[in-house]
Amino acid sequence: MAKHHVTATVNGDEVEFLCETEETLLDVLRDQLHLTGSKEGCSSGDCGACSVTLDGRLVCSCLVLGCEVGGRSIQTIEGMAAGERLHPLQQKFLEHAALQCGICTPGFLVAGKALLDRNREPTETEIRYWLAGNLCRCTGYDKIVKAVMDTAAEMRRG
Amino acid sequence: MADTFTTTFDQAQSYVGTRTVRPDGLDKVTGRARFAADFDLPGQLVGRVLRSPHPHARIVSIDTSKAEALPGVKAVITRDDFPDQSSEFVPAGEMMMNYRDVVRNVLAREKVLYEGHAVAAVAATSVAIAKKALKLIDVTYEVLPHVIEVREAMAPNAPLLHEDLFTVGVEPKPDRPSNVAKRIEIGHGDIDAGFAKADVVVEREFNTAPVHQGYIEPHAALASTSEDGSAEIWCTTQGHFIVRAHCARLLGMDIGKVRVTASEIGGGFGGKTVVYLEPLAVALSKKAKRPVKMVMSREEVFKSSGPTSGANVKVKIGAKKDGTFVAAWAELKYQAGAFQGSPVQPGVMCAFAPYDIENVKVIGYDVVSNRPKVAAYRAPGAPISEFAVESVVDEIAKKLDIDPVELRLQNAAHEGTKAAYGPKFGPIGLEETLRSVKKTDHYTTPLQPWQGRGVASGFWFNIGGETCVSITVNEDGTVSLMAGTPDIGGLRASLANVAADELGVPYDKVRPIIGDTGSVGFNFLTGGSRSAFSGSMAVVEAAKQIKDDLCRRAAKLWEMQPDQVEFVNGYVKPIKENDKAKPMSVADMAKVAGKTGGPIGGVGRINAQGAGPSFGTHLVDVEVDPETGRVTILRYTMAQDAGKALHPSYVEGQFQGGAAQGIGWALNEEYIYGPDGKLQNAGFLDYRMPVASDVPMIDAIIVEVPNPRHPYGVRGVGETPIVPPMAAIGNAIEQATGIRFSELPMSPPKVLKALKEKGLNKPVTGTGTNGGSGKHKH
Repeated sequence: MAKHHVTATVNGDEVEFLCETEETLLDVLRDQLHLTGSKEGCSSGDCGACSVTLDGRLVCSCLVLGCEVGGRSIQTIEGMAAGERLHPLQQKFLEHAALQCGICTPGFLVAGKALLDRNREPTETEIRYWLAGNLCRCTGYDKIVKAVMDTAAEMRRG
Repeated sequence: MADTFTTTFDQAQSYVGTRTVRPDGLDKVTGRARFAADFDLPGQLVGRVLRSPHPHARIVSIDTSKAEALPGVKAVITRDDFPDQSSEFVPAGEMMMNYRDVVRNVLAREKVLYEGHAVAAVAATSVAIAKKALKLIDVTYEVLPHVIEVREAMAPNAPLLHEDLFTVGVEPKPDRPSNVAKRIEIGHGDIDAGFAKADVVVEREFNTAPVHQGYIEPHAALASTSEDGSAEIWCTTQGHFIVRAHCARLLGMDIGKVRVTASEIGGGFGGKTVVYLEPLAVALSKKAKRPVKMVMSREEVFKSSGPTSGANVKVKIGAKKDGTFVAAWAELKYQAGAFQGSPVQPGVMCAFAPYDIENVKVIGYDVVSNRPKVAAYRAPGAPISEFAVESVVDEIAKKLDIDPVELRLQNAAHEGTKAAYGPKFGPIGLEETLRSVKKTDHYTTPLQPWQGRGVASGFWFNIGGETCVSITVNEDGTVSLMAGTPDIGGLRASLANVAADELGVPYDKVRPIIGDTGSVGFNFLTGGSRSAFSGSMAVVEAAKQIKDDLCRRAAKLWEMQPDQVEFVNGYVKPIKENDKAKPMSVADMAKVAGKTGGPIGGVGRINAQGAGPSFGTHLVDVEVDPETGRVTILRYTMAQDAGKALHPSYVEGQFQGGAAQGIGWALNEEYIYGPDGKLQNAGFLDYRMPVASDVPMIDAIIVEVPNPRHPYGVRGVGETPIVPPMAAIGNAIEQATGIRFSELPMSPPKVLKALKEKGLNKPVTGTGTNGGSGKHKH
């Protein structure tokens, strides 16, 4: 069967690609667009390492088909920093040592930013439940949750 | 916890013990860091593995002809592509493995021994073609009866995995093969006399389920070979020198011709100390004459890699009325998976290590069954035996009405204690960790009904081992540091702290990298909580060479004797002040390197000795939901001896991460097999690891009892944190419900069933317990 021709926006840039029907958005991002910051930990939507936003909505890119994203806007970890300026959450992850191996970090950052975009004052419980779709096996989540809380506080201060 | 964050220091300041930003951090928060699956090469093929659908079967034949004929298929490999190996044990992390078994685990030979056992592999031009090719490989199996559980595998009439496996360590030597590979026994004193003196004896039996290391990054490898017999491998591993050794051995190549680059590693916890895909990728690449990339699916990770043992453990402890332990006995039966080599040896050695007991005997059995071969998992073996022991210790505390921390303090191992496994301890911090948790307000905060508080201690040896670090002072005075142990949790930051202090240069002028096997001398793997311990020793050695050399060079410049020059706080200077010899910094010396003898550098090549054991004590509050059986972790405090924290954030990170893994082990994680011998929960949805909403903040208290055999006093910290949680949580549940759980995990169905049996499965009020006293009031 012929491949699908898809045009979409990724991190603000227009991209076009050809993909098989069964190829996921994650496959497309990693293998065709060479945006390997989104990770494949399970390909079943359970680990969140492939988290991206699709028209502003947080999704697991392994659960979206490449051929579904025509005309839509995708934000990945590669688009999170504004040029050389890190997003405050990226900065706080560094300061709080909120990563160890770092494989889950892109997913947590994308998911954490999606939370902060919606909720300027999340409670610890709200953060923990929002991030419950992202697995981290190294940190016990302590420093990740603190980094998100600290980012929210700093962003409120402006 | 202090969350101080510092970016700049002047040179006189010390970085060791501060929370510097990790040098590899920026790449990891921007998605730029390259993990194994992120590497690609021109002309690369896709490799895929055919795996056994049966838990136990004889391979009658493998016909690959149809697969080979499929257009796009460039290579197919089977057992025939790997020469057989003779029996030889080599270290695998802190465990041992046998090459005869390794070659059979990477590709099955006579039999498949577990569901998911690799049988063949293909390399093709696309994923679709590779998958199709796997379906075209025709394997004829003669299905055999299987055995999954350890006690069943030990039964006299159990299906035999290896017809040539005779139990080692029993007299007389058995005349029939069995699934018991080994019996071991350690101890001292007179166990019978000891128990005869006891006023209280508690004997209990426990069962634990196998759990997977659960790293988020699946195994992945990219291999490229050349006609001259050389090979390059990029893979996710805890030890690329070990990958090199195994691939060279299994494929008959020269070690010097195999170059392995460790990618950033997405978690390992012991599970990436062995090889699975790497030799297959090399073999496929050799055959196809093109690079081959292989990545496991999560299902393959669960079915074909890891996990650690499930076990059956019996523990018996005798104590005097005043709480003194007088005798301890345990019997451990550990699943090894399909091939011998469970972590029962360290399990045996660690069981009673936290205590000073006159009479001890521990027996262990290493038992094979039709499960994936176990791999090391954080303090391999210790969490299982210490869970059982710490549960019994808690019961003794209750029986004698002694505070559980006080009872542990009363019997705690300390400097000079003869450990149950043989040696006398040097300075150790168990008592300090116990006192630390008891001092917290956590210990005395009142509890509500259905809540309970538990405490448990834990021990792990830690290891040193062969380590090589090279340091180069560059022309501009910046410092390149090359280590050879993969950095999983902040190693580069820790080593850069040490190098900056040793050489008196700013932290951000030190750039640490993990070198490939062709760029730095041999390193044993990252495991045994050794990488920061041994690596920092090698950094000190390499820096010493540089400092001595700089003194010699400066002496020459100043026309002095080398012993008239010293290196202090980043400067070479004359010992006696001298107008003509102005102190020179490392950067000053770098500028004149060409004139003073050429490149400046040092190489620390050591076999690190003197690893100091690390003890920890955990304190946990739980709440049991009587309607669902769910256990919620309300509060968690842990104290552990780090000797000296080179980088406190990453020491805390090890503490917190280990505790969270222990929480998963205690409450939810398990390999579930059907009667067909197949794994039923090979995915993250059904293999339930803790998520952020399952755990509270984990308060980490760093205790520092310096290790006298390390220049900074460092002890390994990575493994001990996973040892105490299971017992601490079990003890807390016992306090909340009055029920002692003897099976892990203590998952909702099991807890609910137990509550029902006691008629407790309804919300009730007023039956709670008070905190701290350790007294149960149901």
